[in-house]
Amino acid sequence: MTAVAGTRYPPEVSTASDEARTPLELTGAALELGGRRLWSGLDLRLAPGELVAVLGPNGAGKSSLLRAVLGQLPLTEGTRRVLGKPAERGGPHIGYVPQQRLFDRGAPMRARDLVALGLDGTRFGFPLPSRERRAAVDAALEAVGALPYARRPVGLLSGGEQQRLRMAQALVGSPGLILADEPLLSLDLAHQRAVLDALDAYRRTERAGVLLVTHDVNPLLGMVDRVLYLAPAGHRLGTPAEVLTGEVLSRLYGVHVDVLDVHGRVVVVAAEAAAADGAHAGVAPGHGDAT
Amino acid sequence: MSFDELWGTLFDFTDYAELLALLGNTVLAGAVLGVLGGLIGYFVMARDLAFAVHGISELSFAGASAALLLGVNVVAGSIVGSLVAAVLIGLLGVRARDRNSIIGVLMPFGLGLGILFLALYPGRSSNKFGLLTGQIVAVDSPQLASLVTVAVVVVGALAVIWRPLLFASLDEDVATARGVPVRGLSIGFMVLLALATAVSLHIVGALLVLALLVTPAAAALRVAANPPLVVALSVLFATVSTVGGILLALGSSIPISPYITTISFTIYLVCRIVGRVRRRPRALATAA
Repeated sequence: MTAVAGTRYPPEVSTASDEARTPLELTGAALELGGRRLWSGLDLRLAPGELVAVLGPNGAGKSSLLRAVLGQLPLTEGTRRVLGKPAERGGPHIGYVPQQRLFDRGAPMRARDLVALGLDGTRFGFPLPSRERRAAVDAALEAVGALPYARRPVGLLSGGEQQRLRMAQALVGSPGLILADEPLLSLDLAHQRAVLDALDAYRRTERAGVLLVTHDVNPLLGMVDRVLYLAPAGHRLGTPAEVLTGEVLSRLYGVHVDVLDVHGRVVVVAAEAAAADGAHAGVAPGHGDAT
Repeated sequence: MSFDELWGTLFDFTDYAELLALLGNTVLAGAVLGVLGGLIGYFVMARDLAFAVHGISELSFAGASAALLLGVNVVAGSIVGSLVAAVLIGLLGVRARDRNSIIGVLMPFGLGLGILFLALYPGRSSNKFGLLTGQIVAVDSPQLASLVTVAVVVVGALAVIWRPLLFASLDEDVATARGVPVRGLSIGFMVLLALATAVSLHIVGALLVLALLVTPAAAALRVAANPPLVVALSVLFATVSTVGGILLALGSSIPISPYITTISFTIYLVCRIVGRVRRRPRALATAA
């Protein structure tokens, strides 16, 4: 399946049964870390099947947002509901692609064992091999193009190979909410496509909500429903067309920012005045920079 | 000492059948502890706790020698000692760096306490050194039964928490996100490890517990990455080491531990060589 650039997946009108399965609902959420207020007044309601990309410069609190949703960081203000339930610390129906951290060379498992942990690692008992288990893991590996190295030790795989396993591991557990932190890191264009297609197909058929942190929105432009832009001077949530404009980003960064459309790709360029601002000089954190 | 005398001291198989009949239960206990060591060793490797095993065993030794001095149950004493150590390490040493420094602090303290208690103990010296260097014959049959019971309980508990423990050990971030009680499992595993260390201590001795709880799993990981296969090999290696060691040591007056450690080390050596030979063609292929 290929996502055609420009087509958007409209989040469907929620029905009563969907109400209970709203993947994520943040109301008036604020987060402080080490005395610094990262973001506040954040209202975000993910509809079933909706994909929201989280953008913004380094240190704006993108990864912290995911950790707050997981309950690993307590919200300073506001409430959060995950899959219709109030705050818990994680849960079996969450798919999580963590920030990339490579496995040790000696990590005692193969690629397929990592994915299998996503399938039934939360259940008690000794894992008995079964045909369904095998098939589910194989299907998840195949969706991200990881079957060829399924039996190799995970610590001997490249960063990109490990990253594809992460998406397979997140999807194989039938999550209702997927949180992904830079899932496209270290991937070449073809594998970015494969991983995104697997994610896109899953959230459409299973109506799972997706919150995806990325530094480059371009690979996602064809499938993202809304973007949440976190910046030092506030945040903005809306469709890419609403948020990724010079006017909005200038206000978020507090300096003049131009948003250019280069052959259908978004490029964000800060004006010279920003060059003095060390935190986000030049090209504002990475929309289309050198990809 | 001539070679023949040395050989005769090391290996004495006279009246072997009678000895075997007499010590059949000991061999059985060795097998049970081999299974235990092989299973728990896999998680020790996955959680990078080899050093913690050593730290726990020294405090376990202190507990056992205190029990010997006070005239109470030595197995119970060793269990109390290792539980104290495991809980301290589990609570204070969440991060690897903290953990290693805490173990480094606890270990000599435990060993020192143990030596103090042994020095104060007026009884037979073979009991004393049994705790440090292993002497299964010194363990009487009710104690043997309690060792086996503890081992069976630990293996059963491991089987129950197997999957979430593996998830938490290999992939902590994602396991936490999926709601696996990572912290609770960590403490729970330390308790199981403490029990396993305490019972192993009575066979191989405090100084050599690593040969039972670490070496077999480390050897298995040299030749396999598939978890069920690693676990099976680890159990096989540990059982061969304990049962083989006991069978070789039966007739001699030497403690049992050198036999067990030598077998398990030999297996490790062979596995390293096999692992290297197996990997070589691939390394050449990538270099080319």
